[in-house]
Amino acid sequence: MNVPAAWYLVLAAVLFGIGAFGFLTRRSAIIMFMCVELMLNAVNLTFVTFARTLSDVGGQVSVFFVMVVAAAEVTVGLGIVVAVFRRRSSTSVDELTEMKG
Amino acid sequence: MGHAAVLILVLPLLGFFAVLLNGSSLKERATGAIATLAVAASFVATVVAFVLYLRHEGPVTINLFTWFNAGALHVPAGLLVDPLSLTMCLFVTGISALIHLYSMGYMAGEKDYAKFFLYLNLFVFSMLLLVLANNLVLTFVGWEGVGVCSYWLVSYYFDKETAASAGKKAFIYNRVGDLGLLAAMFILFTHLHTLTYTTIFQSTSLLSPTDATLVVLALLLAAAGKSAQIPLFNWLPDAMEGPTPVSALIHAATMVTAGVYLLVRMSPVLALSADGRHVIAIIGGATAFVAATIATSQKDIKKVLAFSTVSQIGYMVLAVGVGDYTAAIFLMVAHAFFKALLFLGSGSVIHALHGEQDLRKMGGLAKMIPLTMITFLIGWLSISGVPPFSGFWAKGAILTNLYTTNRPLYVLGVLTAVLTAYYMTRLFVLTFRGQARFSTEHGQPHESPLVMTLPLVILAVLATLGGALDLPWRHAHSLSNFLGASIVPVGAVHQSSGLQLSLSIVDLVAAVVGIAAAWSLWRNHSERPSLEPAFLEQVWHWDGAYDATIGRPLTAVAGVAGTLVEDQIIDGAVMGIASGVVSASKEVRKIQTGYVRHYALAMFLGLGLIVVYLVARVG
Repeated sequence: MNVPAAWYLVLAAVLFGIGAFGFLTRRSAIIMFMCVELMLNAVNLTFVTFARTLSDVGGQVSVFFVMVVAAAEVTVGLGIVVAVFRRRSSTSVDELTEMKG
Repeated sequence: MGHAAVLILVLPLLGFFAVLLNGSSLKERATGAIATLAVAASFVATVVAFVLYLRHEGPVTINLFTWFNAGALHVPAGLLVDPLSLTMCLFVTGISALIHLYSMGYMAGEKDYAKFFLYLNLFVFSMLLLVLANNLVLTFVGWEGVGVCSYWLVSYYFDKETAASAGKKAFIYNRVGDLGLLAAMFILFTHLHTLTYTTIFQSTSLLSPTDATLVVLALLLAAAGKSAQIPLFNWLPDAMEGPTPVSALIHAATMVTAGVYLLVRMSPVLALSADGRHVIAIIGGATAFVAATIATSQKDIKKVLAFSTVSQIGYMVLAVGVGDYTAAIFLMVAHAFFKALLFLGSGSVIHALHGEQDLRKMGGLAKMIPLTMITFLIGWLSISGVPPFSGFWAKGAILTNLYTTNRPLYVLGVLTAVLTAYYMTRLFVLTFRGQARFSTEHGQPHESPLVMTLPLVILAVLATLGGALDLPWRHAHSLSNFLGASIVPVGAVHQSSGLQLSLSIVDLVAAVVGIAAAWSLWRNHSERPSLEPAFLEQVWHWDGAYDATIGRPLTAVAGVAGTLVEDQIIDGAVMGIASGVVSASKEVRKIQTGYVRHYALAMFLGLGLIVVYLVARVG
């Protein structure tokens, strides 16, 4: 059975939309992180899709880069979240408004 | 000879550094002695160089090192030892040594004693650099050096308001003149690509007549600034605020003749422009006459001598203008003798009267300070043009030549000679004759110490015999013949000896008329308001005219610039921009809410816009 490329792309768009919606609406830093991961992986899916349809391995290489960068980003990000949680016993980003103008 | 020439220059500089490094720790006498010995040694070196020159013959250029190269401009640090520079060096170092000696007595007990000798030595070095340099750039260094030393020494008593402003005045007037020297250098370099004297003189044919005239006029401006000629002469009388030895050395004998020296040095260029020389002659003649009229009405003993200096330098410039360079140098040397003598004599008078300079408060000093009186008498007779003193021969040389080259200026010259004899006699009578009008609250007038009277005696001898340098007889033109190697003459004029004799008699009559008139008018008076009109006392209202045409309009413009332009326009613009930024940022910063989702939303919207744009472009 051969799944058309468009389906993958639609799935990726849906995943990206869910991630973006979640990022904009949720307050917990952890959940927001997960949403970011969701968006990144949605993009990864499009990369892989295009790599297959265009027979270009460059897309798959890009996916590896995105994964590595995402892993590093999560490490740093979670470190920050833990530090914030220790100080405030909360991970709600709405309380972190010290930098407002 | 090279070593001697370098020594001439280096010795005063060594003296300067010796005083600079040790001046605060040494005793007054020792400081003065070091400075005096440095200059005296420089004089000895000059004499040695002079003797060697006489045996060796021919001008010598000594290249010390290359100062700088910039494109086509090569400026060597080189000395030109020729008759002109040697003549200048001889009297500059000689008179400087005497005046240093005199200063040891005159300045005793002054609070900045070491500083005075420091500046004086630096001045001598600068003056010698000016004279010995073999190119215009190095001459300019000396030119500025003497200018700044003059400024420091005029405002020596800088805590006195008048002295401080007199120094500034001297400095600013000299700056105007310096512009002329710079302009002359620029024009010469543009056309000849060199500023070394010998090379300039070899390639003068490359100068067009117009350019030559421009150079000559620029040099005249330079000379007018430094040598106090119309229109820049006003600074010199004010410069008398400095100590009297400074007036004698810098503002009578040496520095103020630098302008005349420059013109004589550039004689090959002057030879190219008859128009330029004509302007020089008129400026010189006018200055000689105007300054002499002013000198008749001054009440300060040093002011009279200052205007007399301006007038005598006017004679020199006049002589340069008619191409009679040797006569100009002759008068320069003779004037250095008798004017230094007169200034030092006046210093001795001021010293005796504990600082009194007003002629109305002198009188009857002949018996109290006899040695000063006798030497002053010689200076007076010399400047008045009485034979056999040097002034008679020097002034006679100029006037005799003028008679054939320019008759109207000759008449002006003779009139000035009458005035010179008149104002000098007035000065002498008011100082030494008649009733004693001074106050004795500081004690009786007393003769000055030996260090002060010795230079007076030596200068008196020189002023008496100085005429022998260049006697007008057929085989006796020793100075003229000596200087011949340095100077490009402009059509030498030979008069019959009968004419010379009758012209000499005219000079003598002029002197006698002036002396007799002043003697009879002033013998029994200390002031005669009718003979001292305010117009002359106020220097022909020259300062007032400058004040009205330049000073006050510029002050008004500066006032407007200070209050309106600076406060309102410039500050207003700066403050306006700043407050605009502040108020704008107060509004703009509200965008930064601190909520992450607002930023994220903005990012997504921006991303959406970009996508829409890209799609629209492709579609």
